Amino acid sequence: MGADLHRPTIPIRLTVNGRLVEAEIEPRLMLLDFLRDHLGLKGAKRSCDVQVCGACTVLLDGVPHSACCTLAYEARDREVTTIEGLAQDGRLHRLQQSFVDHTAVQCGYCTSGMILATLSLLNENPHPSQADIQHHLKGNLCRCTGYWNIFEAIHAAASGEDGSE
Amino acid sequence: MLGVFEIHEPQTVEEASRLLGEYGFDASVYAGGTELLILMKEGLVHYPHLVNVKTIPGLAEIAVEDGHLKIGSLATHRQILRSPVVKEHAPLLAEVERTVANVRVRAAGTIGGNLCFAEPHSDPATLLMAWGASIELTSASGSRELPVEEFLLGLFATARQDDEILTAIRMPLPPEGMVGAYRKFTTHERPTACAVALLKITDGVIEDARLSIGSVGPLPVRVRAAEDVLRGEGPGGAAFEAAAEAAFQAADPVDDIYGSAAYKKNLIRVLTTRALDEAAEKAAGGTS
Repeated sequence: MGADLHRPTIPIRLTVNGRLVEAEIEPRLMLLDFLRDHLGLKGAKRSCDVQVCGACTVLLDGVPHSACCTLAYEARDREVTTIEGLAQDGRLHRLQQSFVDHTAVQCGYCTSGMILATLSLLNENPHPSQADIQHHLKGNLCRCTGYWNIFEAIHAAASGEDGSE
Repeated sequence: MLGVFEIHEPQTVEEASRLLGEYGFDASVYAGGTELLILMKEGLVHYPHLVNVKTIPGLAEIAVEDGHLKIGSLATHRQILRSPVVKEHAPLLAEVERTVANVRVRAAGTIGGNLCFAEPHSDPATLLMAWGASIELTSASGSRELPVEEFLLGLFATARQDDEILTAIRMPLPPEGMVGAYRKFTTHERPTACAVALLKITDGVIEDARLSIGSVGPLPVRVRAAEDVLRGEGPGGAAFEAAAEAAFQAADPVDDIYGSAAYKKNLIRVLTTRALDEAAEKAAGGTS
């Protein structure tokens, strides 16, 4: 009992990439550590660790959040989407495919965050302007500075030029 | 990793207030966590008890009430910038909220948390200062309301007592025809310097003016000297120059990672002029 008093845990139940997950966690556990270390989902990256760079972006009920600064506790009864949840039946999501086709990847560290943040934009605004995209992705940093290929990949996916529409 | 803590889930403001009173320095209010969790991760602060006020129903509501726009303290930046009520009654607040940090911070961060943290580079605090908004603080023993100028006391310091919870922000509905603009210069997540101008222009004469500057001192500052020189004058030219000069004089920045004091002071003159120009354009165009 003594140990429990000092290290309280709480049960959580959530959906991760469409699968129900139940776990007993300490409230101090960050969502990023839960996803990477407990569930083995390594797509979300730790980089700045202070909500500036976007490498750890995941979607909580479809909305981008920084997994590095979000308690796993906050994901209770919610739906978490990571980059691993996008491909279906072994086929990349069209946005992922567009990133590949436009070489919108250099080192790749920002890519999963870029794609998830973009997906949340396209879900609300299927045909965003360049200004819309830049505003929405302001907090997703590509330290290789490969922004133009990223914008081209997004415009192509949004306009259906990737051949998927 | 964060230190060990217990999380409490009060169902009412009274219950939250009692928990905060009981644990004192060992407890912190927990809402969006955008500021608190970073400090806890860095080991700069540790609280063995977090009181999650998000489990209290009704604290995120946005509504017009008694001639005021009432923003529940748990409304996130994202909720505020998307709120049709805000767009109708305080479109400038929606504009300001749209520029806070980034899309993830806006999704998690609450306006109440932003104000209670009293980070000197807060975007909404500068607007609320010009607006003449007030802050509702509630504890188990009752509520009180303070003008935002009396709520914000200094760097990371507010008038909130340990057992009080910021429950709402009240913004008086602006006079008919008053329009405003927000201008900031940013290289980091938070502004280096910012200015808010609100103008009511009738028949080519400035009838009412509110002006505040932010991010260049421990607190945003309402520049009443600038408001005084604007009232009764025509928009533009000498009046705007005099107001920008008053803002320049009111700015008391320090050298830091955001820039030199001299640079920031100059930015205040530039941003004040641009905010005034934009507000005057909006007034002329009949939009807010």
